[in-house]
Order: sequence, then structure tokens, then C-alpha cells
Amino acid sequence: MAVVRFPGTNCEFDVVEAVESLGATAEIVFHDRPSLGAADAVVVAGGFAHGDYLRPGAIARFSPVMSAVAEFAARGGPVIGICNGFQVLTEAGLLPGALQKNAGLKFRCETVELRVETTDSALTNRATAGAVLRIPINHFEGNYTCSPETLAELRAEDRVVLRYVENPNGSVDDIAGVCNAGRNVVGLMPHPERACHELLGSTDGRPLLASFL
Amino acid sequence: MASEAELAPPDDTHRALGLTDEEYGRIAEILGRRPNHLELAMYSVMWSEHCSYKSSRIHLRRFPTEAPWVLVGPGEGAGVVDVGDGIAAALRIESHNHPSAIEPYQGAATGVGGILRDIFSVGARPIAVMDPLRFGPLDDARARWVAEGVVSGISGYGNSVGVPTVGGETVFDETYADNPLVNVLCLGVMPTERLVLGRAEGTGNLAVLLGSTTGRDGIGGVSVLASAGFSDDESDAEKRPSVQVGDPFEEKRLIEACLELLDRDLAVGVQDLGGAGITCATSETAAKGGAGMDVLVDEVPLRQPGMEPFEVMTSESQERMLAIVTPDRLDEVLEIAARWEVRATVIGTVTGSGRLRVVDGDGTVLADVPAKSLEEDAPLYDRPRSAPADLDERRLDRAASLAAPEDCGADLLGMVGDTRWVWSQYDHMLFLNTVVGPGGDAAVLRLKHPTTGEDTGRGLALTTDGNHLWCAVDPRVGSAATVAESVLNLAVVGARPSAMVNCMNFGNPEHPEVMWQFSESVDGLSEALQAFGVPCIGGNVSLYNESRGRDIDPTPIIGVLGVVDVLDRVPPRPAFVDGGSVLLVGRTDPVLDGSQWAARHGHRGRGSLPALDLDAVVAVADAVRGLVADGLVGGAHDVSGGGLGLALAELAVVGGVGAQLAGIADHAELFSESVGRVLLCVAPADLERVRGRLDAAGVPVVELGRAGGDRLVVEGLVDVSVAELAGASSSWLPDALGSGTTQG
Amino acid sequence: MTFEVLVNVSLRPGIADPQGATIERALPALGFAGVADVRVGKSIAFTVEADDEGAALATVQDLCHRFLTNPVIEDSTVSITPAATPVS
Repeated sequence: MAVVRFPGTNCEFDVVEAVESLGATAEIVFHDRPSLGAADAVVVAGGFAHGDYLRPGAIARFSPVMSAVAEFAARGGPVIGICNGFQVLTEAGLLPGALQKNAGLKFRCETVELRVETTDSALTNRATAGAVLRIPINHFEGNYTCSPETLAELRAEDRVVLRYVENPNGSVDDIAGVCNAGRNVVGLMPHPERACHELLGSTDGRPLLASFL
Repeated sequence: MASEAELAPPDDTHRALGLTDEEYGRIAEILGRRPNHLELAMYSVMWSEHCSYKSSRIHLRRFPTEAPWVLVGPGEGAGVVDVGDGIAAALRIESHNHPSAIEPYQGAATGVGGILRDIFSVGARPIAVMDPLRFGPLDDARARWVAEGVVSGISGYGNSVGVPTVGGETVFDETYADNPLVNVLCLGVMPTERLVLGRAEGTGNLAVLLGSTTGRDGIGGVSVLASAGFSDDESDAEKRPSVQVGDPFEEKRLIEACLELLDRDLAVGVQDLGGAGITCATSETAAKGGAGMDVLVDEVPLRQPGMEPFEVMTSESQERMLAIVTPDRLDEVLEIAARWEVRATVIGTVTGSGRLRVVDGDGTVLADVPAKSLEEDAPLYDRPRSAPADLDERRLDRAASLAAPEDCGADLLGMVGDTRWVWSQYDHMLFLNTVVGPGGDAAVLRLKHPTTGEDTGRGLALTTDGNHLWCAVDPRVGSAATVAESVLNLAVVGARPSAMVNCMNFGNPEHPEVMWQFSESVDGLSEALQAFGVPCIGGNVSLYNESRGRDIDPTPIIGVLGVVDVLDRVPPRPAFVDGGSVLLVGRTDPVLDGSQWAARHGHRGRGSLPALDLDAVVAVADAVRGLVADGLVGGAHDVSGGGLGLALAELAVVGGVGAQLAGIADHAELFSESVGRVLLCVAPADLERVRGRLDAAGVPVVELGRAGGDRLVVEGLVDVSVAELAGASSSWLPDALGSGTTQG
Repeated sequence: MTFEVLVNVSLRPGIADPQGATIERALPALGFAGVADVRVGKSIAFTVEADDEGAALATVQDLCHRFLTNPVIEDSTVSITPAATPVS
């Protein structure tokens, strides 16, 4: 598995630790690399790529590695964007919508409850539909926004993957994660890698990460 | 020899720079001639209180600093201890009080940036930050503005730079009305063999400046030197921003680049640029390496054109580091810097002369001073100190004379207050280490090997503590009690103390009463550290903290690092567990002086603190740590500020469960803050065993009652619903500070 | 020729603007009556070399669309003026 690292990414080692605890092997791929090697899954990890300057993900989407990610996604390979990675994927046009400042205008780091809305996605095929998972969020710009037409399309095509039980950031329709039409590219604001160890208070992230391994 | 007249100051420039006539004389004596303006500027910043600790240093020598596990003690970028498994932990605390009073967001943000550089300058990766904060009262609009800005600044910088903020404290009090305290502590870890110190060794080695460009920010007092044409007129003064702006993305890349340099053994030494900028970094590395340095001042990349050498040499622009490298490895260094998009420029060479010389592009020597003299020859002052004239009278004014409250529950509702509003804005989970985060007595982190990531099965614990109400009554006993509180905070999560750092926040050192407070505080801290066998491995002194013409209450803030030997379960929370027995461990001295309760009722800074028996605290801490380690405790909370009453209320709020308790005689027992006590909630099945172990350890224990129900009842004193307590606890900060405003 | 460019980026109409709403809520307490429709954006200033103003505008609009704004949520307006003195 490949974990993409931009300057300013900070969750890359956490993702590696979490997926390795599930038995996978992971390699960090720096943003200037034009290829993903032999990876059979890609995670665009969280953090503050390029300092989130201009807009989160706005500069990162032009990195050489993103062309490789787009090609990989077009071939049907599983691509997961977590938090800042979700922002990068929307900026890159691999996922619809955009992520705005939280409605409360505060950064929020806390464990929230998420409902699995569909198991037909690269991130949730080993999860249980309707299950409520306790997973941390950690963001200032996680307020999912899209046009009414896009929202209607996401709903009609069952592409809202995860919803917040209690909306922490003002996201439209309580959306915490969405997938593309091919269902192989998924973005979510919560951090499943932070919920994979008993000592950290929740292991609910495991079925999500296990889904694309 | 130059004659006395030849060495006399030609004008008042030195005074404008904050140097006394005696200090000027000393500089002239060191140089054997009058210093030029550049040299004067360099001495003035290095000999400032901020850099030289000239008022406090003679007292700081009294701290115990040695233990077999100490790898680096005070005086370096950070203190370092061996925590086993080939891992060294670096710890440092600093203040950013005055910058935060002017521009809260950037003041706090740059404070975080500065402490991180201290940690990675010794080779450690920063893994946790804690922020002990003190603000003016919440009903003061400016205090609220400062509090919001500081929290946003820590959040904005810390989250982005990618270091979790795992705890701290937030206190609002009138003593900090115009003078907030923004202290920042950072913990880093490294493989023991990567430990490096800021040393410039090897003649011919190169000094490489890494990171941001150098601007006129943070030049402060030295700007009086600006030459004609660049001074006096107002538009020019505007060009010198007094506020420094932090760039967490620059810092993040700087961290990665510097750690990679050290991983690949490409740097002889690394030094952060903090106070006194390039002057400090070059002179310190040269002096500690027993070498000299030529600084090529025209090579320094500038943010603004037309900067003069004294500005370049004293600028405190953020996000810069100095690496000492051998010429044959320079290309590799530049390559790593380029990969991380970090600017890297050779700005000097190490010489064998022992002198710090500033040289311009033509080879003209602009300054030439002994490198050591900037630090080692700084003046040391034993400033006059005297106890307050009315001390005896103050000590006789006891809080026992305050009327007993009709309803202690009402007091409790006014005292509970969690700080979730603050810490939910901080990323406290990054790196997957945080087993206990903010809101507990101490943070607990998994200890993973910094290179291999392998879990050691052990943990590090971290706490910061300070209590100005205690120290206002008695700076000596109050400071000692603060150490005791930290040790107990660690004990309730199963950790033993390993090392302490302190940030001494005091008033004006030219006031004899303040120097008395300072000296008493140092003695109190030292006595307690001796009793617990904990070394002091570093510290920071912040003086001249004054608000509305008054010195702040003495506020020594300490950070203590602990080690959890076996971390195989989540430590007990400060929470009642339904059906558990509530035990009070340790003896209560029912004295209210210095307590939060007394302060609420207008009695502060007077009387005499409860007795502090350090040996008894050692016994309590050891016994509790053992019980926690063996999994015999369901809930645990140390008793400190707010006394037994507030500790019980917090246990109820966190647990969401009440308790039926008795055996607390009166409000004095309920609100006394006598230190050395812990509340435990123990499952009935374990009760006999726990009591037996405490008895065997000779530690006093009383069973107060049982946890359960939806009310907190203390017979004859308190009867309040848990829901009401929880509501008061969670709403006080959001109510005062609002759920959101725009931020910078 | 050198042109000085100021790009104003704002949220598209209909996109919630919590910062603008917060400022607007604070106004009555500060005694500002009659101020409404507060929208918070950002401005980006730079210079561009081009043969003429039309060419400069084309470059800047392309830049805005591809990089400086996210068209899903943001709009931009551009002002271009010839630099008063040549910028080095």
C-alpha cells in the first residue's frame, strides 16, 4: 500500500502504523514522485499539505504524485483520502464537492459517532450497514459543501458513505464521507487510523481500513 | 592598556540599549577599547535579562540537577533524560508572556514554534506540547480577547506543524489582568545515540543558516541604533514590526530537514535561533565548542532590503536554525534542505580564534569580540530581596475567620469548570500515542521507539502545575506543594517522576519583595525535588510580569515527566465508578488559607498554608502508583486546587455518577487544599486488598462512602445533582467566550 | 509591460459564509446599524508581465480558474492596472 506524503502532511506514519497492525505493508511515497510503484491501494493521509495555504489541497493537487493517483483511480484502484487527503481529492476533482471552514469557526479535535450508510465502497465493504462507529475528527475545514444537483446525485447513487450522528461542522446532509461514481475513491474527514488500538479508546477504525487491504 | 578615559562611554547610546554604565565599562574592559555600535547591540541583547538571566542565575544554581538518568541538565537547548530501551526524552518549558499580551494569536503561535526548535535542536522529534495558560478574569473583555487569541494561536500553529497538544492548564484570575502567562512545554524523543548539542567544533567547518529569511521583526530595543535616514521618522518605525508572525509550514519542513541531517550524521551541531538571533546562536555554538566564528553578515538572506548589520545580527525572525557542517558534507546538506524546500545558506566559518567576528562582503571586520564573553561574562546580580514588611501581620489573618457557607453545593457549582472549550481546539491525538489526553490529571503517552516505531509496552506521563494562590501566601511552601501535586498527578496514572522543568513567572526583579518571592520559590521547589528524588533539567525565567502597576502573584509553573513501567491498560480516569467505594488517601489539614474557596470569598495572599509533609506525600504517591499499576483502582484523582469538594465534584461529573458520602466534618475539611491526598474509587471486591496495602504502607485512608445515584451528597455539607454540576462545568467557558468568532 | 493585479476571491452566492455571518451578528452591539450582507473573502496581489492588458487579463483569469479559486465554492473578480513604475 502507498501512503502519500506532501510537505506538511503529518498523519502518514500514523496510517502506516495502523494498516501494518492489520497485517498490510505500507510505503510512504513523497509528493515529487511520479509513480506509485506496485501499490495495490493508496491513502492520501491527513495533515496540512503545503500549510493549507491558499486553500487546503489547492497546491498539493499539482504535485507529480497526484497524476499517478489519478491514473491509479481511473484504473479502479482503491484510493482513500483522510481529512486533508479528502480535501486534496476534492481539489483534484477526484471527488465532488468542497470542504469549507467549520460552521463554528473553530478547529475541532474529538471523537464523534459516524453511521455507515453504505457498504458498497472501497472504505466500507467490510463494515456493517447502519453500524455506528466512534472515530476521532481533527479539522478546521471539514464542512462538506456541494451544489444541490451534486447532493441529489450523491443520494440517488448511494454515494454518501458515512454520516455524522451529530453534525460537528455544518456539513450538508451530515456528510462525513463520500465516494466517486466508481466507488473506488473515498474521502472522509474522520481519522480511522486513530481508532485502531485498545489503548487509544476505540478500535472502530479497523473495519474501515481493513476494507481496502 | 587603554586609559580609563579612553574606555568611558562617549554618549548615552548604551543606556538607550538598556545597558548600565557599569555594564558598558565591563564591555570596554573585555575588548580593551570602546565597543562600536554593532558590538554594543550584540552585548545589549545577550546581556538582557531575557537572554542572560542576570537577576536570577545565582538562585537557579540551587536546584538539584543530577540523577543517573540525566543525560543533559540545565543550560542547553533542552534537558534530556534516559527513559530506557535506548530512548532519550528531551523536555523544555518556556514563556511567551509579553508577546502574547500584545498580539495573542502570534505571540502564542511563535511561542509554540520556539519551544519545538529547542527540542529538535538536540536531535529529538517533538511528540507532545502542553500549554499552561493564565489570563485575566473572564468578565474583562480584553482578557477574553487575549484568551481566544492565545488558544487560536496554539491551535493554528501546533495543529499545522504536526505536534499534538496533550494537556496544560487554563486559569483566569485578576492578578493576570494585563499580563497573561503563556507558557509552553514540549517533549521530544530520540534514539539515545542521536543526542547532539549545539557545538561549533573544527576549524574550517561551516555555519549553515536554515529556514526563514531574516527581517526586522523582533529587533525591539536595539532599533534605537538605526542610523540617520533610517530612524526617527514615523513611516520608518512602521517598517519594524514589533510582532513576529509564525509560519508553521516553514517550521514543519525545518523539523523534517534538521532531523534528517542528524539521522544521516551530517551536522556536527545544531542550534536554534531564538532570543538574540544570529548573535546568540553563533556565539553560543562557538563558545561551547571552544572555537570562534566569522559571520559573513552580507550572506544572510534578508526579508527586507537595506537592513543594517546590527539588525541582521539581532533579529529574532522565526523559523531559523543554524547547523554546523563539515565542508565535505555541505552538498548533501544542501540537497536535503532543497528536498524539504528549506532555504540553506552558508553564513559563517568556524575559526580557532575564540572570537566572534562579523565580516562584511568586502572582508571588513565590523565586530570582533571574544565569543565566550557574550554569554559567560554577562553580569550576575544578587538583587536586594526582602520579605514583605507586613508579612507577620498577613500570616495572622486566617481564612478560618470567614463565615461558614450555608450551602457548600453553591460554592461547588461556581468552582467546577472543565476546559474542553480550550483543548478540543488542539490536535491531541496525532502520532497515536495519546492514551490519556487533556482533561485528566496527567497525560499518558505510549512510548514507541522513535526510529523503528516499535511499541516498548511502556509509557511517558506528563503534567504541568502551578498555583499562584498558594505561592501568594507562601512562595516557599506553595512551590514545594506544587511539586508534590505534580508527583501525585503522575501517581494516579501509574507513573513515577523522572525529571522536572520549570518556568518561573514573577514580577519586577528590581522590587526586593519579588526577589524574595523568587528566592523562596527556588528553595521550596528544590526541597521538594530533593524529597522526591527528581532532578531539575531545565528552566526558563520570565520577570517583569506586572499588571496595572502591580507585580503578578508569584507563579512558578512546573512540568514533570513521568515513566509508566507497564502500560498495558488505560489508567483509571478521574471518575466515580458506579458502586465503587470512595477512599480518601492521605491526611487532611483543615486550613483554608491560600485555597480557591477562600479566594472566592475575598481572602487571598494571607494566612498560612496547610502543613506540607513531603515524606508523607512520597508514601502516598508510592502506594497509589502501586495500586494503579496493579489494576486495583477504578477511578483516581489527586486532591489539589478546590480541595476535596472540587475533586469529588469532578469525579462525579467525569463519571456521570453521584456518590453518598459522610465523614467530612465541615467546610474547612471540604475546601482545604492541603497537599498529599488522593481520592480513589475502588470496586467492592478489591476494597480489602486496597485497604490492606495502604495500611501496610503506613498511609492514612478513610472510606467516605459509595459512588452511585444521580446526586453528589456529602452528609451535612453538599447535596447537588450531578446533572447540575455537569452543566455548570461544561458551560462556563463557552458561555463566556462564545462558540466562535473569526480569528487571525 | 508590467501590470499590477489584485484578485478578490469571495464565496459564491448561496454558499454559507460563517465568518461573514459572525461579523454581521456582532455589528448591532457595536452600534453599526444598517450594515448588511457581510461576506468575507481574501485578496491576492501580484504583478504580471504581458504584451497588453488583454493578454494580462487572459493569463490572470486562467490562473484564477485553475489555482487561485475553487470554483465549487468561490468566485473571483480581477482588477488590473499598468504598474506606475517598472517593477524589477
